Amino acid sequence: MRVVAAMSGGVDSAVAASRMVEAGHEVVGVHLALSQSAATLRESARGCCTIEDAGDARRVADKVGIPFYVWDMAQRFKEDVVEDFVAEYTAGRTPNPCLRCNERIKFAALLDKALALGFDAVATGHYAQIVDGPHGRELHRAVDMAKDQSYVLGVLDADQLARSFFPLGDTTKPRIREEAAARGFSVAKKPDSHDICFIADGDTKGWLTQRLGEQPGEIVDTDGDVVGEHQGAFAYTVGQRRGLGLKVPREDGAKRYVVDVQPRTNTVVVGTEDLLGIDVVVGDHARWCGAEPTGELQVGAQLRAHGEEFAGRAVAEDGRVTVRLDRRARGVAPGQSVVLYDGTRVVGSATITSTGRS
Amino acid sequence: MKSLAYLDHAATTPARPEVIAAITEELATGGNASSLHTVGRAARKVVEESREAVAHALGCGPSEVVFTSGGTESDNLAVKGTWWQRRGGDPKRNRLLIGATEHHAVLDAVEHLVHHEGAIVDWIDVDRSGRSDPSQVRELIERDPDSVALVSLMWANNEVGAIQPVADVASVAHEHGIPMHTDAVQAIGQVPVDFTASGADLLTASAHKFGGPQGVGVLVARRDASLVPLTHGGGQERQLRSGTLNTPGIRGMAVAATLAMQELPQEQEKLAALRDKLIRGALDLGLDIEVTGAHEVGDVTARLAGNAHLRVPGCDGDSLLYLLDAAGIECSTGSACQAGVPQPSHVLLAMGISEDDARGALRLTLGHTSTDADVAAFLAALPAAVDRARRARSASRGGR
Repeated sequence: MRVVAAMSGGVDSAVAASRMVEAGHEVVGVHLALSQSAATLRESARGCCTIEDAGDARRVADKVGIPFYVWDMAQRFKEDVVEDFVAEYTAGRTPNPCLRCNERIKFAALLDKALALGFDAVATGHYAQIVDGPHGRELHRAVDMAKDQSYVLGVLDADQLARSFFPLGDTTKPRIREEAAARGFSVAKKPDSHDICFIADGDTKGWLTQRLGEQPGEIVDTDGDVVGEHQGAFAYTVGQRRGLGLKVPREDGAKRYVVDVQPRTNTVVVGTEDLLGIDVVVGDHARWCGAEPTGELQVGAQLRAHGEEFAGRAVAEDGRVTVRLDRRARGVAPGQSVVLYDGTRVVGSATITSTGRS
Repeated sequence: MKSLAYLDHAATTPARPEVIAAITEELATGGNASSLHTVGRAARKVVEESREAVAHALGCGPSEVVFTSGGTESDNLAVKGTWWQRRGGDPKRNRLLIGATEHHAVLDAVEHLVHHEGAIVDWIDVDRSGRSDPSQVRELIERDPDSVALVSLMWANNEVGAIQPVADVASVAHEHGIPMHTDAVQAIGQVPVDFTASGADLLTASAHKFGGPQGVGVLVARRDASLVPLTHGGGQERQLRSGTLNTPGIRGMAVAATLAMQELPQEQEKLAALRDKLIRGALDLGLDIEVTGAHEVGDVTARLAGNAHLRVPGCDGDSLLYLLDAAGIECSTGSACQAGVPQPSHVLLAMGISEDDARGALRLTLGHTSTDADVAAFLAALPAAVDRARRARSASRGGR
């Protein structure tokens, strides 16, 4: 097959590209330029689209002996990922931009362009496995559970999966680094990227404040009493405990967490830990790795990247999903995705709109 | 994919066999041209003979040839060196008149002076054909003649091949005693370049664009041109360009310059015929392709003989580039990249072409190894590439 290997400049996508070549595919390396301004965001050494990263990817492509190109998707990334991220926080939700990027950029804009140019598929360095099973082309968790990225791929539908390769899913990360070193890649010891690629210093709150301006407001407890102030409700996430700067201590000294963010009144509500426990999750924007399931489904539900899995029952209806968990989960923020598993297989996903207690 | 057609001679053109032989021999000989012993004197002799040969090819005196590392260094030395010198003598003389479609080696040197040292720039416009009007230069100068440090206008444009009225602009500048620099990197080997006849005070040349090696070039500077050097050290090259002379490269450049000059009449005719066949062939494909700038069959005075610049509506240049490369055709979008990301060409924008229209740009440039077969291979590969590139553009633009 003719395959575009998405090459971020990191160790994972480097090994993924070379594995595709060894599997006999005709591979072209593509680095996505996602930052709008070459001069600002790209100066970061930690993001995923700095000039150094493009150079690292190019050197790997040289070594593997494949053509290499940079494709500019900055405009699409800005509209579909960055602006979406800001809008979600503004609406009091906590989005996962990596998932959005996979849904709209890597397995949409990139895949569509590749297909139009005559390629058959896209390969990435994500840790997940694609298996041809009874449900067709199935997405499964990676063998390395510490690195498993099936959660951020849970938005892919059957068509997208049919055009995707994840060559690293059967290997652990330490082995990938060994393989990269054995192949002589300069990126073998390059640190993993983490956090959000377009927020170079990792300071999401500061980044949002710079974009949206300071919007002073009140932090209240569940009785409505003012216990502190904030510079913008958008910067708070349900389940958050640190950085609240509360002025009025509780009489019993119990720790307090953000239990609700109310963008309309620019209010942050704090409460005790017990208020964070929920066992009903409702989501919309449902995506299925195959046909939409009917009836009640026994599932494992994962509620955040690298979070634990909760057993439960899911019901899908009209693009919405309701999941009833067998036990309570804590600090689940609207805007995050719930990804549903059947064993290791990804069934589908939805964006969390609300949570509750049964 | 194996290369079927190399159509990017404006980026670099293959070194001629005679050049490779001369460089190889010189590398084996060794010697520092600044040394006083026997092998040093031998190297010095090679450098001076090369200087004479280059001077002969470019229509200047040997003492006007300053060897550099290439076009970018020559442009920087001409622009910054002159501005520093003239402005140092008279703080009011801080204005630069610069062609809007200059190469980044000039543009970015100017931007540096503007942003960090207080220079003021006035841009010399181009028309739809990419050419400037000397009367605009006159008008810009006459607003305040005493404030102008330098006029810089390229001999021929690297993207669209437009040939500029250098001699006319030089004479306008000289009426006010203002020095004139011209970047002739793309012109040498494609049009007659006579430094003295042009009236320019400073001229940039780069060896690898006319069959010489990469990493060596010339700034031709009149004896009375006064420049502050960029580099300081051993005082080579009239104190203008310190650093050990690249004797093998300089000898290779001299061989290439001599050959380019000797072969120019036949070469021009051959290249123009290939260019015309390429442009005509592309326009006749029925793909709504347009040629950028002036194009008259057989003409070598308005457009370089080896330059064809096409615009393909509905395509992204980088998609076309990939598809043609995959089909064995090596060419360029013509515009500069930032970390591999194509930017809309400042040349096309200056010519009044819209940003959207500028995206589907394709530059095909011919040189001494080009043949009919290259042109035929390109024209054969183009329709499928355009078709796919158009689909790719609508695919990657649409939302899901």
